[in-house]
Amino acid sequence: MTRALINVPATAKRGDIIEIKTLISHPMESGYRVGTNGVPIPRDIITLFSCVYNGEEIFRAELSPAIAANPFLAFFAIARDSGTLAFHWSGDNGFAVTETAAITVE
Amino acid sequence: MPDDPAIPPGSRRSFLARTAGIAAGAAALSILPRPSLRAAPQAMQELIRKVVGEAPLRTGKVRLDVPPLVENGNAVSLIVSVDSPMTPAEHVKAIHIVNEKNPQPHVISVTLGPSAGCARVSTRIKLADSQRIMALAQMSDGSFWTASADVIVALAACLEDLRQ
Repeated sequence: MTRALINVPATAKRGDIIEIKTLISHPMESGYRVGTNGVPIPRDIITLFSCVYNGEEIFRAELSPAIAANPFLAFFAIARDSGTLAFHWSGDNGFAVTETAAITVE
Repeated sequence: MPDDPAIPPGSRRSFLARTAGIAAGAAALSILPRPSLRAAPQAMQELIRKVVGEAPLRTGKVRLDVPPLVENGNAVSLIVSVDSPMTPAEHVKAIHIVNEKNPQPHVISVTLGPSAGCARVSTRIKLADSQRIMALAQMSDGSFWTASADVIVALAACLEDLRQ
């Protein structure tokens, strides 16, 4: 089971700039390493991350093998309305994870 | 180091001679060129051209924070921020991070907009060697701004063999 950690403030004032931090467990195998048996280890990475806030995509990242294992991404958003933030990671070998977080804007 | 009959084993002199030999060996190892698949700095330049196109690339507005010296290249924290009001009229559209000497020059590309409020992104990257990292920011008016940082990596990522 893939574990994702998301840090979003539960409440915010309207117009506040909030920081969103995400971390997901994933090996991010670069495809450039060779195992002890001499066989190259195939690439297995997350290639795309997106954050959708009440239906609007506010952040998107295209990742390369150069992103460290267990990709961490932190970014900002303006708290406009109460609702949900949906986070989506997708990558090699059909990897796809979606997580959501709720936010209350006063 | 062969035992010298003139130097009794375990003496201070033999200890110094041994450590000097080890230090010299370590120094020789660290300057040896490592044969590997590496993106040459030209590959980075090509990628920058592909991203920027014909637009001029200006230095400024972008701030790239990476530690100047890292022990382990497997996870290097990186913060990139761009000086922009982030209004619908004037904001950062995309930020790209590229590097010189990893197997691939591309590190990450992020797309953001006025709803971000603040053009600042943090992540952790792998570095295969001591090298220069560059951040490119694409503004809503089509201009490109850049910043670069040099990082010295003691233990490289990506290229070590994996115990299976």
